[in-house]
Amino acid sequence: MINSNSELILEISDLHAQVEGQKILNGVDLQIRSGEIHALMGRNGSGKSTLSKVLAGHPAYKVTNGKVLYRGEDLLGFEPEERARLGLFLGFQYPVEIPGVSNIEFLRVSTNSRRKQLGEEELDIFSFEDFVDSRLKLVQMNPSFLERSVNEGFSGGEKKRNEILQMALLEPILSILDETDSGLDIDALRIVAGGVNQLTNQDNATLLITHYQRLLDEIKPDFVHVMSSGRILRTGGSELARELEDSGYEWIENELPKTGES
Amino acid sequence: MDRERITKDGRKLKMSLQETKLWESLSEPRGPLASIQLSARESLKSRGMPAASEETWRLTDFQLLESILHLPLSSSASESNCSSVFDMPSPPTEGFRLMLSPGSEPLGLESLPKGFNLLNSEELKEVLGKALEHCGSNEDWSVGLNNSCVDNVLALRVEGIDLPSLELVISGKDGEFSATRVILLVEKNTHLNFLQVLLGAFNSAHSHLIEIHLAENASLNHEWLAFGGGKSSFLSHIAVEQQPKSDYSFTSIQKGWLFSRFEPCLVQVNGQASTKFRGLQIADSNEQIATNSTIRFDGPEGDLDQLHKGIAAGTSHSIFNGCIEVPQPAQRTSAAQLSRNLLLSNRSRVDTKPELKIVADDVRCTHGATVTELQEEQLFYMRSRGIEQIAAANLLLRGYCQEIISSLPMSFDRWKVLEHVLEGLRG
Repeated sequence: MINSNSELILEISDLHAQVEGQKILNGVDLQIRSGEIHALMGRNGSGKSTLSKVLAGHPAYKVTNGKVLYRGEDLLGFEPEERARLGLFLGFQYPVEIPGVSNIEFLRVSTNSRRKQLGEEELDIFSFEDFVDSRLKLVQMNPSFLERSVNEGFSGGEKKRNEILQMALLEPILSILDETDSGLDIDALRIVAGGVNQLTNQDNATLLITHYQRLLDEIKPDFVHVMSSGRILRTGGSELARELEDSGYEWIENELPKTGES
Repeated sequence: MDRERITKDGRKLKMSLQETKLWESLSEPRGPLASIQLSARESLKSRGMPAASEETWRLTDFQLLESILHLPLSSSASESNCSSVFDMPSPPTEGFRLMLSPGSEPLGLESLPKGFNLLNSEELKEVLGKALEHCGSNEDWSVGLNNSCVDNVLALRVEGIDLPSLELVISGKDGEFSATRVILLVEKNTHLNFLQVLLGAFNSAHSHLIEIHLAENASLNHEWLAFGGGKSSFLSHIAVEQQPKSDYSFTSIQKGWLFSRFEPCLVQVNGQASTKFRGLQIADSNEQIATNSTIRFDGPEGDLDQLHKGIAAGTSHSIFNGCIEVPQPAQRTSAAQLSRNLLLSNRSRVDTKPELKIVADDVRCTHGATVTELQEEQLFYMRSRGIEQIAAANLLLRGYCQEIISSLPMSFDRWKVLEHVLEGLRG
């Protein structure tokens, strides 16, 4: 919900970034306040996932210009693990499989790192089992997935549920969900979206990266941004997503002159 | 003082100082293995030291190998002391422990449980060297070295059901080269859990040879922990012969040796048996750890599942040579071999060579090898969940090792295998 007096959680100014020498972000500007849900849309290769990786601190992505303030602090000065502990969460488009590392142990170590930051008591194995049990229901996830290696052999839908489970455990302030809807059937999409809806409140914010209206039917955004060639070309309300669904991206790209590097 | 040797084809070759020292330190052949000692010494003298021109020794650090021969052969008068640096757990509650020291009688033989019997001299004569012969290992240098030095053999026949597990602990001696030999006969319809722990420390070197016979319908879960320390070295050879319908599951861990060469050889004499190999070797600092495995199917419908993992850190060198032979009689064999390797530093080295020799036409055989570093995407995923880089790397390492270590039901907890394996390793 939009409230111009609420806390400014993320402020991106003129952000430029590259990976392996290739410029991907060419001057991104974006502000996100607490209580808001933003949707970021755009063609493949427009820079949406790059923006999410840069914000989460992926070491392969190099910021060449601009700044990012997270709750007033320089986000880019923090290591990825510090960003996570400060409440930034990235839901991966392709969650990584980690053979041999048990999911529940991974979740417990992650949760405790965040709890420590919040000054909360770290959970032992038994307390964590109770805690995770309460969160499993949010994503209707079978507890047997906790005993398996992280994401190993999970279907696409199970991986995404595991991502939202992590979001539920870490209780982030800013969640960036990178194509959480990809690879989900209608039922799985509703479950995952339902989980996200239950986790959003006035004290946190969400940035949804998606191609499709169908996710935005389930999670209503306050703002929709269209990205092209590494910049946000247009910002609007949820009606913008419907226009994109009907007309594609071309009309926006043609309508606005390209500026800066692309 | 160099000497000359006469090769099999009559050539005269110069013998190295180390080799000369070895032959000088050997005592007169004695005990039940005297004749084997004699012929092995003759054969080894004529063969000479392994050379880089031999494929299976190509990558060997010969300086490290020869340093073993600098050490005097162990005498029974001195006590094994390498085990003293290890935190030895109590014997298994569902089993019993034998302690084998080079040159002396094993401890614990006086009270062998029902189903376990020592072979008498006649029986020993009948089986001694048979598995080696079937595996084609008799001419191997490391076998010849063991045969030349060892003067006693622990030979056990195991038969029955609901048997207690057997734990055999073998340790070397500081400043000495020692050798031990074991024969294990697992009779029909017998299931045995067998753990071998081989400990080295200080400046010790040890040679170990074991022959295993698995009768029809026998099944053996064989765990092998080889933990070195200091500047210890280890040469080991396993020769296994499997009769049809037998089941052999072998899991090995090697860590901490300045130099280790491990040679598991197995033959399914008439096929129709099941073999599972799991191996993990960790090389760090300036160590060289090598595994040379050979598995042959001499009959149809055998199956093999082999996974070997190596980790190389520091300036170490990890080697895996895995050969699977499927000759004409071995129709409908199913064999899979995978060698996975992890480089933890840019100065460490991995050499891996999975090899299939297939003559039979109706078979399903796969093999593969990977050499990787810790995956950046996996590390980032964990870091993005608040886990420190070092902790994330350690979790990944733990996960990498876990796949093998989880196949160690007998030793995993009691011998704190995971702690030993991860100790000192940094991703």
